[in-house]
Amino acid sequence: MNPHHATAAELGRGLKSRQYSSVEVARWFLDRIHETHGALNAFVTVTAERALADARRADAMIARGEGGPLTGVPVAHKDIFCTDGILTSCGSRMLANFIAPYDATVVERLTAAGMVLLGKTNMDEFAMGSSNETSHYGPVRNPWDGSKVPGGSSGGSAAAVAARLAPVATGTDTGGSIRQPAALTGLTGLKPTYGRVSRYGMVAFASSLDQAGVLAQSAEDAALVLGAMAGFDPRDSTSVDAPVPDYAAALGRPVKGLRIGIIREFFGEGLDAGTGAAVHAALDGFRAMGAELVDVSLPNLPLSVPTYYVVAPAECSSNLSRYDGVRFGHRCRDPRDLMDLYRRTRGEGFGAEVKRRIMTGTYVLSAGYYDAYYLKAQKVRSLINDDFRRAFSQVDVLMGPTTPTPAFDLGAKTGDPITMYLNDIYTIGANLAGLPAISAPCGLVDGLPVGLQIIGPHFSEERLLGAAHAWQRDTDWHRRLPPLYA
Amino acid sequence: MAIEWETVIGLEIHAQLATRAKIFSGASTAYGALPNVQASLVDLGYPGVLPVLNREAVRMAVRFGLAIGATIARRSVFARKNYFYPDLPKGYQISQYELPIVQDGQVGIVLEDGAEKRIGVTRAHLEEDAGKSLHEGLGNSSGIDLNRAGTPLLEIVSEPDLRSAREAIAYMKKVHTLVRYLEICDGNMQEGSFRCDANVSVRHRGRHEFGTRCEIKNLNSFRFVERAIQYEVARQIELIEGGGSVVQETRLYDPDRHETRPMRSKEEANDYRYFPDPDLLPLALDEAFIEEVRATLPELPDQKAARFTREHGLSAYDAGVLTASRELAAYYEEVAAGTGGGHKLAANWVMGELSGFLNRDGIEIGGAPVTAAALAGLLRRIHDGTISGKIAKEVFEAMWTERAEADAVIEARGLRQITDSAAIEQAIAQVMAANPAQLADYRAGKDKLFGFFVGQVMKATGGKANPAQLNELLRRMLAG
Repeated sequence: MNPHHATAAELGRGLKSRQYSSVEVARWFLDRIHETHGALNAFVTVTAERALADARRADAMIARGEGGPLTGVPVAHKDIFCTDGILTSCGSRMLANFIAPYDATVVERLTAAGMVLLGKTNMDEFAMGSSNETSHYGPVRNPWDGSKVPGGSSGGSAAAVAARLAPVATGTDTGGSIRQPAALTGLTGLKPTYGRVSRYGMVAFASSLDQAGVLAQSAEDAALVLGAMAGFDPRDSTSVDAPVPDYAAALGRPVKGLRIGIIREFFGEGLDAGTGAAVHAALDGFRAMGAELVDVSLPNLPLSVPTYYVVAPAECSSNLSRYDGVRFGHRCRDPRDLMDLYRRTRGEGFGAEVKRRIMTGTYVLSAGYYDAYYLKAQKVRSLINDDFRRAFSQVDVLMGPTTPTPAFDLGAKTGDPITMYLNDIYTIGANLAGLPAISAPCGLVDGLPVGLQIIGPHFSEERLLGAAHAWQRDTDWHRRLPPLYA
Repeated sequence: MAIEWETVIGLEIHAQLATRAKIFSGASTAYGALPNVQASLVDLGYPGVLPVLNREAVRMAVRFGLAIGATIARRSVFARKNYFYPDLPKGYQISQYELPIVQDGQVGIVLEDGAEKRIGVTRAHLEEDAGKSLHEGLGNSSGIDLNRAGTPLLEIVSEPDLRSAREAIAYMKKVHTLVRYLEICDGNMQEGSFRCDANVSVRHRGRHEFGTRCEIKNLNSFRFVERAIQYEVARQIELIEGGGSVVQETRLYDPDRHETRPMRSKEEANDYRYFPDPDLLPLALDEAFIEEVRATLPELPDQKAARFTREHGLSAYDAGVLTASRELAAYYEEVAAGTGGGHKLAANWVMGELSGFLNRDGIEIGGAPVTAAALAGLLRRIHDGTISGKIAKEVFEAMWTERAEADAVIEARGLRQITDSAAIEQAIAQVMAANPAQLADYRAGKDKLFGFFVGQVMKATGGKANPAQLNELLRRMLAG
């Protein structure tokens, strides 16, 4: 048995054919986490006992001939998903004592699919960050180079899968938090259409943008996991009541004839030359497979970052009001009165980046500023929507880089939030428009992975997964492992 | 000449909707449970939970809107009202702000002089209630009970059309009647199911612009609303006449001291930072849904009152009194039907004896010891001459205390009316013999003494002589 080089899909097949048991697989990953975790800081909590219990149950299912392609396959959940009876910290001191009393829908569904919970992964505090440096539990290191960030906010999930501490992991993507770390660690990261996956039990950052998804080794793995977690949930009013297609079955779709729009605005100033070259090479690859490349312009897309940094903080300032020290989470010691309880609880419980966004959000929603900021941002958001709609009347998918540069040094951008925010310049548009998008590895620049981003119309996940899968049949970038973890 | 002042009042009524579950969670809304046992993770504002709108609350809001002839918004939006308070678990209240579900309706009231007035209802919107802070009996601490958090409310906002405390009460009572007719609110004011805030200002009569208003919060009885407004109006007039001016503020009415005073603000700065709640899609209602709700509307109080005057020949006043609650109207209708067409008789008894006894004993009509069928049985005995109206009151009292049928009481107490002419004649003869002087005076032309003789005979027969027969026989015998 060598789970090291096995994708989740391959592990599933091996389990089904009894090449190994789920308990063996779980033990292998738990041992590996034990040996290497210290260097990466990818996990907040390792749930060894739970993993073995899940694995035994999965083995019993498999023995009875039950279960599906993911039964017995381990998974790690981003620590933003509530897990019944397990610490759910959201990377924050505020929730460092919060044992969730229920399972998020995503957790519930993947458990029902027979997946084995290895643990909860580190993340930027409340998913606010692009480098995993805002976590209360300390930064996560990039397995490709320990001096680099893994990206964020799903940095723990990315590092865990990249170093094969887990075959696959969940993540959430509000402005790029799945795709950017996937690109920076050589993974396939899928952010589904807004409403495709239930947000119930996912600690809210910016409700109109948050979407759960997958960080995986391949498009095939992403397809399997998405199929298991997607679907209508009556507990989330924004989840969409549309049938879930068999994503894995759609992987064989031919690329020939696919009309690919190359987003002009994604290839301008700020794009690292090596990254640009790798993405162009990938585009040539698609052309060689018979796709048609079309130059498209989305003129309002450069306004994504400022728009996002009004909308997301506005929603987060309200979503995070519930952390007041009254019912759960951190509470300051010996509050003198109510105001003191609020001030010190929140002052101590939240880190600097979270506070910055709460203040920004509070400001843009304030009387006298609402129209100039929040309302204006909503208008720009609908213009960006219109840009995408126009583009998709001409092409089937849009492509470009996922990030402007490969992974950057730890600490390089922590002093300058604007530079940090600009790292999400290519990913935010899909969140503002609620579109599905995938990042697939398309090269290495100085030994660091680079991601190709594919964006599609609403509910076009099959098309995105099909294109990424076709690319991955032709290339082996997704099979490359970080040298230290090979 | 002294300046004449005019009062301007607008009411914001909070009606707790009678849904079984809360507006955004499945938790029960029943009143009186132990603290915090009816608070789900959604009501507690736990990380990761999401609101899901209770369609029953929507249906109830639409019922109200249709009943007041309002526009039902085909698209309405839930917003977040952000402020920190321990009894507000999420740090925001979900409430409809810019686009409420009910817009622009009217409620008719009848003034003391019988004149009718239409009061505009600007809007009625859905929102969730907060929890309760408990400050008593906990020493240095405060307690939080979140059972009420998430209870659905319909906030009904009137135009500033009310010109006196009495008009305000009439309007509030009418809305109270309506919500109970519609079965969307139990109207229980003691439990806080129906309460209001009053916006009060004064101005010189004839002026168009409004004076500066004060908002008096959380008035939970009709009497308090009336007294709070009266106090506030007097306070404002005195303030202005003394050379001061009214400051716009929120005030609280203290019924023990009978005064209003400025309320401690919930937070220092009152910027609620409203914005559309991204967890809830805009509420879209289609024609079919609205028509379906319309089809289930009951006969409304105004319609019922009109029918009572038209078909039962009742006065507008009587019809108004009898339709003040759906239960009272139903009781009256059952009595009238069982009495056999004696609408006026039925109305008089329901508004008179029955209401008097209910008030005396402080019970609701649903708990009246004399059922509508039993009262109808009593009125039939008046109608068929078995007993007189006067005796009937005695029978009614016995029915009330003994929970007995009219016929049983009449038989047991021998109250059946005397209709035997010979017996009545005999009683008359005895009275005439016992009062020769009065008889002489009567025969000398003192007609007024007729009443004296009626009274004496009634006394002699224990009130049971049939009045019509008695009149006829007495007149003949007195004439000699």
